[in-house]
Amino acid sequence: MATSLAAVTLGNPVLTASGCAAAGRELAPFLDPAHLGAVVTKSVMLRPRSGRATPRMAETPSGMLNSIGLQGPGIDAFLAHDLPWLAERGARAVVSIAGGSVGEFAEVAQRLVGAPGLALLEVNISCPNVASRGQVFACDPMAAADVVRAVKAVTTVPVFAKLSPDVTDIVAIARSCVDAGADGLSLINTLLGTVIDTDTLRPVLTGITGGLSGPAIRPVAVRCVWQVHAALPGVPILGMGGILTGLDALQFVLAGASAVSVGTAVFHDPSAPTRVLAELRAALAARGFPQLTDAIGLAHREPHR
Amino acid sequence: MTAAQVSAPVVSTEPVGAYQLITLDAPAIASGAEPGQFVAVAVGGPETAMLLRRCFALYTADSATGRIQIVVAEHGPGTGWLVQVRPGSELDLVGPLGRPFTLPDTPGAAVLVAGGYGSAPMFDLARRLRAAGSAVQMVVGAGSAERLFGVDEARVVADSVVVTTDDGSVGVRGLVTDMLPGLLGSPGVSTVYACGPMAMLRAVAGLATSYDLPCQVAVEESMACGIGVCMTCVLPVVGADGRTRMVRSCVEGPVFEADRVRWKDVGTLPGDVVGADAMDLR
Ligand SMILES: Cc1cc2nc3c(=O)[nH]c(=O)nc-3n(C[C@H](O)[C@H](O)[C@H](O)COP(=O)(O)OP(=O)(O)OC[C@H]3O[C@@H](n4cnc5c(N)ncnc54)[C@H](O)[C@@H]3O)c2cc1C
Ligand SMILES: Cc1cc2nc3c(=O)[nH]c(=O)nc-3n(C[C@H](O)[C@H](O)[C@H](O)COP(=O)(O)O)c2cc1C
Ligand code: FES
Repeated sequence: MATSLAAVTLGNPVLTASGCAAAGRELAPFLDPAHLGAVVTKSVMLRPRSGRATPRMAETPSGMLNSIGLQGPGIDAFLAHDLPWLAERGARAVVSIAGGSVGEFAEVAQRLVGAPGLALLEVNISCPNVASRGQVFACDPMAAADVVRAVKAVTTVPVFAKLSPDVTDIVAIARSCVDAGADGLSLINTLLGTVIDTDTLRPVLTGITGGLSGPAIRPVAVRCVWQVHAALPGVPILGMGGILTGLDALQFVLAGASAVSVGTAVFHDPSAPTRVLAELRAALAARGFPQLTDAIGLAHREPHR
Repeated sequence: MTAAQVSAPVVSTEPVGAYQLITLDAPAIASGAEPGQFVAVAVGGPETAMLLRRCFALYTADSATGRIQIVVAEHGPGTGWLVQVRPGSELDLVGPLGRPFTLPDTPGAAVLVAGGYGSAPMFDLARRLRAAGSAVQMVVGAGSAERLFGVDEARVVADSVVVTTDDGSVGVRGLVTDMLPGLLGSPGVSTVYACGPMAMLRAVAGLATSYDLPCQVAVEESMACGIGVCMTCVLPVVGADGRTRMVRSCVEGPVFEADRVRWKDVGTLPGDVVGADAMDLR
C-alpha cells in the first residue's frame, strides 16, 4: 500500500504522530517500527527542555487535553540516542522540529542534515514565537512562512509544515507555507481547550490551556484536510486528528490525505498504528480500490451515477 | 520482562471491604511480573468515550496459574465501570509495566508501610523479602476499617503487623506514619518500602531519611499512556549525577528511591530542573 509524501515514498500510509510515540523505542513491545510508514518523533528543540509542571493532562469526552510543554532532551541527545535506534531497526524517521525563534528552527534542521534514517522534516509551527511575545507561528502567515523558508534553506529532505486548526482561515496559512517552499502539510495539531475542576474550582492543568486531541477533534481535522486539499490539490497532506480505526483513516484519505498519523489512539491501544494499517488495507479492498492512491481526495469528485 | 497487550478473561470479581478484587486470566502478564509493577486497563468497553487506560498495581501475579489480581477502589467513571465488570467478560490489559521494588543486597529487617489500597503490591514483596532471608514488619493503615486491605494476609506474610485507622475503628487510631518513629528506630531495621497516597509517601520518605534508612516508594501519578510515550506522568527526581530531571513515573518508576524524589516540588517546576531554563517563553 505504498504512498508518497512529496519526494519520499513510504511502504504504507500509516505513521505515528509527534508526541504520541516518543522516538519509537517504547512502542517496540507492541509493534515493529519498521512496519510503519514512518515513525514521527516527538518535536525536538535545540536545548533540553523540562516541560511544564504537572498536572499535564485531563481526560475529556473521546479525547484529552495535554500541556506537556515540549519536554525533550534537545537535539544533541536526540541525535546521539534516539535517531540511531530507529535507523538500526530499519524504520523511517519523520523528525518533528520545534523552536522559539526562526533561527532555532533553522539550527535544529541544520544539525539534522545527513542524519541516519531521516526521511522528512515535520516543522511544528504550533509553538510560541518568543519574538512576538509568545504568539504561535502557525497563527501568523508571515511567521509561518519565515520558519518554512529558513528550514528549507538548510535541509535536503522534504519539509512538511504542521498547521494548527486554531486559525480563522487554515487555507491562507497553508498557502503561505507552500509559497515559502513547504513540500507538504501535516494537518492538524491539537485545538486549545480548558477544563475546570469543579471541586477545586480551578483549571485542572497547570498550564490552564492544553491541546485537545483524540476522536473528539476528528471532524475538525477532516474538515481542515478537505479545505486545504480543495484549495491546493497538488500539495501532499499528512492527515491526523482522532484516528482510531482504518475507517477513520479512510475518511482522511478520501478528504485528500496521502498518509495519516495515529496519535492519541496509541494511549488507548499501543498497537493502534499497525491495527489501523490492517483495517485500512481491508477497507480499501472491500471498496474495490486497487491501490491507496486511487482513493486520495476521491470524496471531492462528482459521483459516477 | 517486556510488556504485553492481552485480552484477559475475568475469572472472578468480589467486593473486599471498600474495594473490588478482580482476578484475571493473563498468563503473558503473570509470568515474570514483579511486586511494584502495574497493569493499564482499558475501561468502558469498545465504544467508550474514555480513551485513557486506568493503572492498577498488581496484587498477585502467579506464573503457575497464569492469573493476576488487582484491587480497585471506585473513584470516578473509569473505576466505576471496572467494578461492575462480570466474570466471563474480558478486559484489555497492558502489562506488566514499570520498575518493580528491588530486594536488598544483604538480608536484614524491612519495614513495609502501606496506605489504603497501597497495600496491594506489598504482600508479594513481603513474601520475596522473607524468602530471601529478611524479616518483615508491616504497617497497614487506612481512613477506616473498610478501606484497609489485606490485614489478615499481612499477619501471614509478615513477622509483625501494626494496623492503624484515622477513625480508630480498627487498630491504633492515627496515621501509619505515627507508628514509624518507634519502628524505624528499633535495632536491626535496615530498609523501608512504602506504597500509598503521595502525602503518606512524602512523610515516610522524610522519616526514613531522618533514620538514615534506604527507602523505596511506589508513586501514583496521573498517567495517559502508562508505557513511556506521552510525558504526562513526570515528577522531579534527582539523578545519579545530582541533577534533577522531570522523570516519567510509568517507566522509570513507579518505584523510586525515596530520597531521589523532590517531594515538596512535585507539581511545580523548580528552576534548577534540567531544561527549565528553556521554558522561559512569554
Ligand atoms: C501506578 C499506579 C498504580 C495504581 N494502583 C491502583 C490500585 O492498585 N488500586 C486502585 O484502586 N487505584 C490505583 N491507582 C489509581 C487509579 O489508576 C485511579 O484511581 C483511576 O485511574 C481513576 O480512574 P477513574 O476513571 O475512576 O477516575 P477519574 O478521576 O475520572 O479519572 C480521570 C483520569 O485521571 C486519571 N486519574 C485519576 N485519579 C488518578 C490517580 N489517583 N492516579 C492515577 N491516575 C488517576 C485516570 O487515569 C483518568 O485518566 C493507581 C495509579 C497508578 C498511576
Ligand atoms: C501528549 C501529546 C503530545 C503531543 N506532542 C506533540 C509534539 O511534540 N509536536 C507536535 O507537532 N504535535 C504534538 N501532539 C499533537 C499530535 O501529534 C497530533 O497532531 C494531535 O494529537 C491530533 O492527533 P490525534 O488525535 O491522533 O492525537 C501531541 C499530542 C499529544 C496528545
Ligand atoms: S504515562 Fe505516558 S509517559 Fe508515563
